[in-house]
Amino acid sequence: MSSPLDIKNWYIKSFESFESSLNGESSMPFHLVRKEAIEKFSQLSFPTTHDEDWRFTNIAPLLKYNFEPSSKVNAAFHQIKNYIFEISKKNVLVFINGYFSHELSKIERSKDGIILDSLSNQLENGSQVVNRHLGKYAKHSEQIFTALSTAFTRDGAFVYVPDNKIIEEPIQILFITSTGGKNILSQPRNLYVTGKNAQVSIVERYLSLDEGIYFTNVVTEIYAGENSTIDHIKLQEENLNAFHISRTEVDQEKGSSFNSYSFSFGGEIARHDINTRFNDEGGESSLNGLFLLTGNQLYDTHSLIDHAKPNCTSHEKYKGILDDTSHGVFNGKVIVRRDAQKTNAFQENKNIILSNGALINTKPQLEIFADDVKCSHGATIGQLDADAMFYLKSRGIGEENAKSILIHAFASDVIRTIKIEEVKKYLEEVLVKRFNK
Amino acid sequence: MLEIKNLHVNVEGKEILKGIDLSIKTGEVHAIMGPNGSGKSTLAQVLAGRSEYQVTKGEVIFDGKNLLKLSPEDRAREGIFLAFQYPVEIPGVSNVNLLKTAINEIRKYNGEEELDAMEFMAHLKKKMKLVEMDQSLLSRSVNDGFSGGEKKKNEILQMAVLEPRLAILDETDSGLDIDALRIVANGVNKLKSPERSTIVVTHYQRLLNYIVPDFVHVLYNGRIVKSGTKELALELEAKGYDWLKEQKEFA
Ligand SMILES: Nc1ncnc2c1ncn2[C@@H]1O[C@H](COP(=O)(O)OP(=O)(O)O)[C@@H](O)[C@H]1O
Ligand SMILES: [Mg+2]
Repeated sequence: MSSPLDIKNWYIKSFESFESSLNGESSMPFHLVRKEAIEKFSQLSFPTTHDEDWRFTNIAPLLKYNFEPSSKVNAAFHQIKNYIFEISKKNVLVFINGYFSHELSKIERSKDGIILDSLSNQLENGSQVVNRHLGKYAKHSEQIFTALSTAFTRDGAFVYVPDNKIIEEPIQILFITSTGGKNILSQPRNLYVTGKNAQVSIVERYLSLDEGIYFTNVVTEIYAGENSTIDHIKLQEENLNAFHISRTEVDQEKGSSFNSYSFSFGGEIARHDINTRFNDEGGESSLNGLFLLTGNQLYDTHSLIDHAKPNCTSHEKYKGILDDTSHGVFNGKVIVRRDAQKTNAFQENKNIILSNGALINTKPQLEIFADDVKCSHGATIGQLDADAMFYLKSRGIGEENAKSILIHAFASDVIRTIKIEEVKKYLEEVLVKRFNK
Repeated sequence: MLEIKNLHVNVEGKEILKGIDLSIKTGEVHAIMGPNGSGKSTLAQVLAGRSEYQVTKGEVIFDGKNLLKLSPEDRAREGIFLAFQYPVEIPGVSNVNLLKTAINEIRKYNGEEELDAMEFMAHLKKKMKLVEMDQSLLSRSVNDGFSGGEKKKNEILQMAVLEPRLAILDETDSGLDIDALRIVANGVNKLKSPERSTIVVTHYQRLLNYIVPDFVHVLYNGRIVKSGTKELALELEAKGYDWLKEQKEFA
């Protein structure tokens, strides 16, 4: 067993071997950022439940393992093909243990200045866009897991949609772990950038080919250019032994819309920090989330919507369904800064507890410093509606089926927000399977 | 078909039904009337199996089976249907989905083949005509945002689709205009057959012009204080319920 201190040293040590594996890449400018990040990492501490932001989320189990930074491995197409949605076979990026797989990916030739690529390739080529944006939004000085991600940044998904370009077909990005019996640390680092009036929809899936214990630490930075629209769908489907720590950091320019759909089913302990910031007026963001927890799972969402500028609108809706002895945490903060007049900010978190052993800690927070705003927030925790339950049963519908119908109904308004029919259907199936014992 | 013997029911520790005896034969229509708060809905809900209503004494036999031992869903599968006085709104569950799931669970229980989508839709279409229900209500969530009349019609549609052997209509007439009342009554009458029985709970005589009962019972303060034929309903209509208060002692 390791202590948090040992484990820090373990990662710092691992950095040395990581560095030597970089070869030529360590002479690129970004390597200075990595070094700065590992330095920062050594100064920061892993959070404990004494830290306000981690009060209900005890990550001690994660710190018991010496996770090994992954190296490149291969997988066969037949192992992964079932995870690819039919909708967009043209734009599929596959990562195994955090590394881009050329063989398994399918990219319809990047054209019109559109770039779908691996971050490593972009780093090697000294991409201007990467230099301008990478690490600018998810600052490694603030959070130890981001520092860890930045220090070990090697690969991840890169999407760039230049001005006035629209990618019609959703881009699918699979992050697949294949542990090979080892406790792997996989750290994809993603960057999505849109130019003016651009549009793109990205579907991320995180899953595993086996039941091994591993740790995914992912940081995704998203920059939404003026009047651009980004849909970001994240399906966290890690195996139930996995740890998943993820941060999505979004920077929104004037008039842009960002729509996030975050679905979390997997992991023993999973955490998602999603932060969006309006840099200019007229922005819109919607954060939708659904988490389904069973067994002993722990899942924590922390969101921050920063209304830094006037005339922006945000909608946040997270729903949780918790069974057995699972534990959920929702902390949603909305800040409306002093000159952010005419802000609309609506937030809600609703939870259904299916068993006495399950627990949810929910805390919606509104901090308003402007006076001409429309804001609301609320959180509920409840059981399945007894009247509705009886009504269904009185029509001959049995306990299990009635339960599943009501769970489905509860979750469906989040699922329905997704615009991709196939993903919607898939999630509905997940829902049915998950709670039909 | 249904035998209720000395039924006592408590709600939250308070006795609401204080010894009900009622016998309903196959093919009969019984009306239960009585002022607000007399226990009509309690009786209806108890028959449907609502667990908040606690039976402290008595028994209910349905087709030779001890009804009180059955779960609500098994009662429905055995052929009991309650049209709720206050139909429940269930956002996110479509009317169609509810009906299809219900009918197939009932069929499965009774050893019948489940209906496929086509067969079900054909069955449903026929019944929709019966209650003159707008197609658009089918895909909407169960009772969600329905008007009072639409909710009641929806109950009758469900009844028509599920074809129960004993239908209990709890104030299905209240809040209906005369057209809706006619439609609801028509739905009930179309279902009438020598194999089916109906309990019509109402506190107005109005509905009984359309659904003609074989027997009328007056429920007052948790007891059936008077039983008779359809003329009793007219008498009640003329005199109101006040005269029952004097009669109570004799019950
Ligand atoms: N769920 C309940 N909780 C508490 N009291 C109830 C409940 N349901 C009914 N009652 C009481 O039982 C009595 C009978 O009610 P009800 O059966 O609804 O009468 P009716 O349908 O004849 O108007 C009333 O006094 C009512 O307040
Ligand atoms: Mg009533």
